[in-house]
Amino acid sequence: MKQFMFLFKGGDEVWDAKTPEEQNAHMEKWMEWIGQISEQEKYMGGERLYPAVNTVHPGGTKVTDRSLVEAKELVGGYIIVLAETMEEATGMAKGCPGLQWESSVEVREVWPEDV
Amino acid sequence: MESQDHIDNTLNHLFRQESGKMVAVLIKIFGTENIAIAEDVVQDALVSALETWKFRGMPDNPKAWLYRAAKNKAIDIIRRKKHSKTIDFSDPERKLLTSEYTLTSTMDSFWKEQHIQDDFLAMMYACCHPDISSENQITFILKSLCGFSTKEVAKSFLTSEDTISKRLYRTKEYFRKHKIRPRIPFLEEIETKTEVVLSTIYLMFNEGYNSTHDDQLIRKDLISQALWLCKSLLDSKRTRLPQVYALMSLMCFHTARIESRTTKDGNLILLSDQDRKIWDIELIKLGSKYLNQAAFGDTLTTYHVEAAIAYQHCTASSYETTNWKEILKYYDLLLNINYDPIVFLNRCLVILELKGPSEALDVIEKINDHKVMNRYYLYHAIMGKIYERLIQPNVAVEYYQQALKLTQSKIEKHFLKQKIARILN
Repeated sequence: MKQFMFLFKGGDEVWDAKTPEEQNAHMEKWMEWIGQISEQEKYMGGERLYPAVNTVHPGGTKVTDRSLVEAKELVGGYIIVLAETMEEATGMAKGCPGLQWESSVEVREVWPEDV
Repeated sequence: MESQDHIDNTLNHLFRQESGKMVAVLIKIFGTENIAIAEDVVQDALVSALETWKFRGMPDNPKAWLYRAAKNKAIDIIRRKKHSKTIDFSDPERKLLTSEYTLTSTMDSFWKEQHIQDDFLAMMYACCHPDISSENQITFILKSLCGFSTKEVAKSFLTSEDTISKRLYRTKEYFRKHKIRPRIPFLEEIETKTEVVLSTIYLMFNEGYNSTHDDQLIRKDLISQALWLCKSLLDSKRTRLPQVYALMSLMCFHTARIESRTTKDGNLILLSDQDRKIWDIELIKLGSKYLNQAAFGDTLTTYHVEAAIAYQHCTASSYETTNWKEILKYYDLLLNINYDPIVFLNRCLVILELKGPSEALDVIEKINDHKVMNRYYLYHAIMGKIYERLIQPNVAVEYYQQALKLTQSKIEKHFLKQKIARILN
């Protein structure tokens, strides 16, 4: 099995526009999704990230406190899963509830594999 | 603002009722190696309830408030300890607690009503592990599942708080070392495991019912907690076994008579002299109901038979009209299930009532092992009674005096002294 990282991008505006109840209901779906992956023993862990960004630019002296990337490119979190192939991992990523709230999922294989 | 007393009372009641359940859920969340964390969370939730309610008044649903407080504190702890080794997050049930994507929803599902009751029962079975001594079992159950303070447990056992702390420590160490995972036993082992739980509950009950100390409040507490624990076994389909109904029935019958067993000054009153009018009819009805419910399947336990005996006593309109014949049959049945010297001696008492002192003496003299019997207070008390009925007061007094030496109970000592004095006068 190889490790794949799902990077969740964008969707913050949609999230912010929802009521706390809607947000909770949405997180239930995340739990169901990750729960299913976990039941197959393919879930390794993950974290959510706050939207605040500090970027240290090449050379190491220049720091900006705002992401220069567009909001839809802003990484909001990641999880790491196990899969045999990129195709399988991509298939798993299609179940991500964030996709319904204008997030995208970037699927990347972890290098080197270490399981 | 509500009166402090009102809040204190509600809180005390709520705490007794709910703390055990909250502890059980939290132990499931943190693991049995972290019982102390679970207990701290409950304690914290309680303190914050007391502080908040003092100023803002009691919430509409105090129980839900308390659970929410405990849940939020548990979330804080998970967040704080996520990267320490304290909590075993490799456990599949806990894995989803490690990510913010799943933490809150996973935590919510731990606190769903149907899980809470199961966790509580699972914890009860875990406490009643045969490797843990029965006094350690009861100590732990009272402290962790019944919300007693260490001081109250110490009072129940007539021992120091220090001893209780040591017992609790040992039990927690046992859980930690053996990585016990509380669960309700599978179908094929539920009978044997429930047997240990029931005997622990019955011990707790007897500690209250027959106990040697005179703190009425603590005794009533022990009895009501034993009834409550047994009731919670009856509330779940999986643990609703005939023997559980039987024990519940037996304890109801005993409890029905509790007020008539002692005088206002705490002196013992014999069954023959008890005021049957003050027996609790509702409890007797309840006991009969449970006894009927106990009669399914093909299990006949000592609880069934003891409850049947208690039923006979509770429903006899007077001591004289007691159905001794039926009761004798039950005693024979009891001895058949399991030979027990105490049961044998009690059977001799039945023979004394049914057939008179000479017959009773015959039976008692047939015992092979007088050495063992000699150690029992009850043996000497019964011999005294038999000789009293045979009108041999001097022999009777000798036996009563021997009995006096063998009991620790203040009430029984007083009772025997009175008897001796009455004969000597």
